[in-house]
Amino acid sequence: MEADRNQQVQGDPILEVRDLRASVGDRAILRGVDLIVRRGEVHAVMGRNGSGKSTLSHVLMGHPAYRVDGGEVRFLGRDLLQMDVTERARAGLFLGFQQPVAVPGVTVTHFLRSVLRSRGRDLPAREFRGILRKAFDELGIADEFAGRSLNDGFSGGERKRLEVLQLRLLRPVLALMDETDSGLDIDALKVVSEGINASIRDGVSVVLVTHYQRILQYVHPHLVHVFLDGRVARSGGPELARVLEERGYDWIDAPQA
Amino acid sequence: MESSGAGSLVGDYQYGFHDEERSVFQTRRGLDADVVRQISALKNEPAWMLEFRLKALGLFQGRPMPRWGNTEVLDAIDFDRIIYYVRAMEGQGRTWEEVPEGIKRTFDRLGIPEAERKFLAGVTAQYDSEAVYHSIQAELEQQGVIFLDMDSGLRLHGDLVRQYFGTVIPPNDNKFAALNSAVWSGGSFVYVPPGVQVRVPLQAYFRINTRDMGQFERTLIIADEGSSVHYIEGCTAPIWSSDSLHSAVVELVARKGARIRYTTIQNWSKNVLNLVTKRAVAHEDATVEWVDGNLGSRLTMKYPAIHLVGPRAHGEVLSIAFAGAGQHQDAGAKVIHAAPDTTSSITSKSISKDGGRASYRGLVKVYPGARGARVNVRCDALLLDEDSRSDTWPTMEIGEARAAVGHEATVSKVSEEQLYYLRSRGLTEAEATLMIVNGFIEPFVKELPMEYAVELNRLIALEMEGAVG
Ligand SMILES: Nc1ncnc2c1ncn2[C@@H]1O[C@H](COP(=O)(O)OP(=O)(O)OP(=O)(O)O)[C@@H](O)[C@H]1O
Ligand SMILES: [Mg+2]
Repeated sequence: MEADRNQQVQGDPILEVRDLRASVGDRAILRGVDLIVRRGEVHAVMGRNGSGKSTLSHVLMGHPAYRVDGGEVRFLGRDLLQMDVTERARAGLFLGFQQPVAVPGVTVTHFLRSVLRSRGRDLPAREFRGILRKAFDELGIADEFAGRSLNDGFSGGERKRLEVLQLRLLRPVLALMDETDSGLDIDALKVVSEGINASIRDGVSVVLVTHYQRILQYVHPHLVHVFLDGRVARSGGPELARVLEERGYDWIDAPQA
Repeated sequence: MESSGAGSLVGDYQYGFHDEERSVFQTRRGLDADVVRQISALKNEPAWMLEFRLKALGLFQGRPMPRWGNTEVLDAIDFDRIIYYVRAMEGQGRTWEEVPEGIKRTFDRLGIPEAERKFLAGVTAQYDSEAVYHSIQAELEQQGVIFLDMDSGLRLHGDLVRQYFGTVIPPNDNKFAALNSAVWSGGSFVYVPPGVQVRVPLQAYFRINTRDMGQFERTLIIADEGSSVHYIEGCTAPIWSSDSLHSAVVELVARKGARIRYTTIQNWSKNVLNLVTKRAVAHEDATVEWVDGNLGSRLTMKYPAIHLVGPRAHGEVLSIAFAGAGQHQDAGAKVIHAAPDTTSSITSKSISKDGGRASYRGLVKVYPGARGARVNVRCDALLLDEDSRSDTWPTMEIGEARAAVGHEATVSKVSEEQLYYLRSRGLTEAEATLMIVNGFIEPFVKELPMEYAVELNRLIALEMEGAVG
C-alpha cells in the first residue's frame, strides 16, 4: 500500500483540463488552465492567494457565479462543462470546500442521510447510524454534531473535518480538496490527512490545494503544480513543494513554455 | 321561540343531501336576526346567549370592513350568499364505533395517519358546523377536565361559560369577531381545574364541506391556577369552487401560574378566507404559547394575541406562513405587556413562492408601569422567486422606559451558495431547495408533536412540488 508515491501512476486520465478560461463579471480569473489527473493520482496545487485555485475548483464543480469563456474539460470521458452541479457530483466529482457553507435548521444526520438516499444509497436507519458513528469516530467528531445544524456555528477545523467525513461517505472518483489543511490544529491535521489517505487507498484520486508543505508530509502527492495568475505556471514532483517552501513564489514569474 | 324545537323550524331549512355532504339541514343564505334566532333556538340556548348573539349581529352590521390586510378580497365577500349554519347530524358520538362510516371515510380522505387515530380518544372532530364526534378520555374525566364541543359546553356548564365567554374577545372587537359572536357554532370548550396537568394534547379536527358555507367555530379554553394544557387544532378541507368563509374566535384564559399551548396547523383549501381572532389573557406567572402554522387558504388574516396582565407572565408566538400561487398570508402577533417583569417572544417565519404574498403584522405594546418587561421579536421571510412578495409591519408602542425590546427582521432568497453546496453533494436542485426551506422552518417544526411534524413536512414537500391545488 505504501508504494513509492513519487512515481507517477500510469492510470487512465480521469480529468483532462485544457486551456480552461473563466471569469466573474468582466474579470478574467482562469487564463488557460491545463491539468491532467490520472486514476489513483494525488496532485498538489500551490500558489499565491488570489491566483485562482479555488476558482478552478468551483468552475470544475459548476459554481453558477463563474462564466466559462473557453477551453475544455473531460471527466471520465464526458464533457464536464455540459453537466450541471448535481450531475457532476453524481458522476463522481467531489469538492471539499475551502469555506463550507452553513445550512441552519438542517442537521448533519439529516443532510448526510438525504444525500446518500438521493444518490441511491438508502440505507436502513440502523446501518446508517452505524456507518455514521464509525465515520465520526474516525475523524474525531463528537457525537453531538450529528444533531447540530450543518456547518452552523462550526469552527473552521470542525467544518474541515466534516468535509473529509463527506469525502469518506461519498466515495467519489476524484476529490478536489481546497485548503482542507488550513486552520487545523496539529492533531486535526493528522486526523484529516489520515481521512484523505484512507480515501486514496480506496482508489479516490485527489487534487489537494494547499499553502503548506506540512500536509504533504502526510498525504504524498505524485505531482505538484504551481498556480500563478490563473494558470499552472510550473509542475514537478514532490520536491517542488519543498523548494516553494524555502524560496517562495517569486522565482517563478512566467508560465512554462 | 325557544321551546318550538327543531321540528317546527324545518320549513325554514333546506335539506341538502349531496353524495359527500351529509347535511341534515341548514339556514337559508344570508344573515338577519331571524337566522340568528333560528340558530339559537335549534341549539336550545339560554336566553343570555341569544341576547349575546343578537347584540353581536348589530355590531357586525354596524361595523365597516377593516381597511388593512387584503381589502380587495374582504370587500368582495358577499355576506348575503353565505349559509351561516349547517347541521350535519344529530347527537354526538362518544366512541369511535359510533361515528358514521361516511365521516370515517372523510377522515380517511383527509389522510389522517393511522398512528394519529389513537389520539382520537380525546378528540372533537367537526363535520360541517357541528361536532359529530366527541370522546373524553377516562383519564381526563377523572382529573375533572372538561373537553367538549362549545355547544355542549354551554348546555352542560352554562355558568362557567357565561363567566368567560366573550370576555377575552368582546363582540365589538372587530367585524369578524362580531360576526362569529352572532352565528358561532361548534369549536371547543376546555376547562382544566387548578393544579391539573393534562398530559395528552387535546386535539380537534375541522373541516368545511358545504359550498359557500361559513364556519364560525368558537373556542374557549380556561386553565385554572397552576394547571397546564396543550390544545391542537388542525384543519384540512376539500376544494370547492366558490369562496368559503372561515371566521373563528379563540379565547384563552391562563390563570395564575397556568400554562396553555395552542397549536394550529391550518391547511384550508385555496379558496377559503380564513379570518380568525385569537387572543389569550395570561395572569400572574402564567405562560401562553401560540404555535401557529398557516399553509392553506386564499387569504388568512390572523394575529394571535397575548395580554400579559399579571406580574411575570410569559407569552410566546411562534408562527410560519407559506404563501403559494394566489395566496395571501397576512399573519402576525400581538403582545401586550400590562404588568411588571412580563416577558414575551415572537418568532415569525414566512415563505413565499409562485407569486404568493406573506405579510407580518405585529404589535408590541408595553404599558407604563410594566417595569422589567422584556420583548423579543424576530421575523424572517424567505422568498423563493422574483414574483413573490413579503411585507413586514411591526408596530411598537413602548410606554415604559425600564423595558427591553429587541426586534430583528430579515428578508432573504434561497441562497445560491447553500444551493450550490448541497447540489455539489449530489442533491437535485429541488431536493436542495426543499432542504433549505425545511431548515428555515425547523424552529417551528421542532415544537410540533411528532405526527404533526411529519405531516407538516409532507405538506411543505407537496407545496414545493406545486402538487397542491
Ligand atoms: N465570485 C467572485 N466574485 C468576484 N471575484 C472573485 C470571485 N471568485 C474569485 N474572485 C477573485 O478571483 C481571484 C482568485 O480567487 P480564488 O479564490 O480563486 O483564489 P485562490 O487562489 O483560491 O486564493 P486563496 O489562496 O487565498 O484561497 C481573486 O482575486 C478573487 O477576489
Ligand atoms: Mg482559495
